[in-house]
Amino acid sequence: MKLFINGEEMIVPDDVTNVEELLDYFKLNNKAGIVERNQVIVDRSLHAEEAVTNEDRIEIVHFVGGG
Amino acid sequence: MLTIANRNFHSRLLLGTGKYPDYSIQKQAVDVSEAEILTFSVRRMNIFEADQPNFLETIDTDQYTLLPNTAGAKTAEEAVRTARLAKASGLCDMIKVEVIGDQRTLLPDPIETLKASEILLEKGFIVLPYTSDDVMLAKRLQDLGVHAIMPGASPIGSGQGIINPLNLQFIIEQSTVPVIVDAGIGSPTDAAQAMEIGADGVLLNTAVSQAEDPVKMARAMKLSIEGGRLGYEAGRIPKKTYATASSPTEGMSIG
Repeated sequence: MKLFINGEEMIVPDDVTNVEELLDYFKLNNKAGIVERNQVIVDRSLHAEEAVTNEDRIEIVHFVGGG
Repeated sequence: MLTIANRNFHSRLLLGTGKYPDYSIQKQAVDVSEAEILTFSVRRMNIFEADQPNFLETIDTDQYTLLPNTAGAKTAEEAVRTARLAKASGLCDMIKVEVIGDQRTLLPDPIETLKASEILLEKGFIVLPYTSDDVMLAKRLQDLGVHAIMPGASPIGSGQGIINPLNLQFIIEQSTVPVIVDAGIGSPTDAAQAMEIGADGVLLNTAVSQAEDPVKMARAMKLSIEGGRLGYEAGRIPKKTYATASSPTEGMSIG
């Protein structure tokens, strides 16, 4: 499956079917990441229910140092 | 006591978390500053470096109020998106609205800042806009219902201190919400000056993080902000042209 993650085109295995599995795949599930799928924020509690499909545009952001 | 949207803070220093030499120094600086509000930015995660440390993971987030900014936004729309992403973290409901209109000076775009603030207030955020030191703009923001106004002292990271203390004084005098001087503070003198003018707080980052000794500077800023505030509350003497003796002129044994 082809995804655009943080602006970059990536191929992820087809057994990744939802946001939770996508974060697992990148070993990010214990990180305080915030996910947006096709410009819609995915609530943390709904990661397992939010499907990921071919050509989705995914943003994964977090807090970094700033003033 | 600094009160923003019915939340009370003992510290009047809001500290940024960018550009420290390392996390250990940063943590010490945050500790000694006694700041209760820390600012952050929202950025894309490097998904291939999941093990990369993150400052937020090194602190007890229950002890602090997180104030994410919308830095990077050039329009109200972008600022609103960043604010919504920040809130989705579940860690905060405050937002520092920062819409930069010019990349060389990093001065805020007042019109987009106003628009973004209005939208975010409607969405239930606690809104603290970073603004230029324009008196009418501050008033317009206040009329919208923002929870604090954060005028810049001088350009972000410039360390030039308060370029227009008169404007700042006008903003403070008319304001019914806290005024937090944000950006441009370079030294403890600058921070104390802001507080003596009557600011409710100071937000700074580079002045501490890029100081030769960030930990010592964090303490210096804490003390100068406390000193400046006490001086404001105590009420300074008026300036006079000529001298007035501190010692009595009667009873002198000479002459």
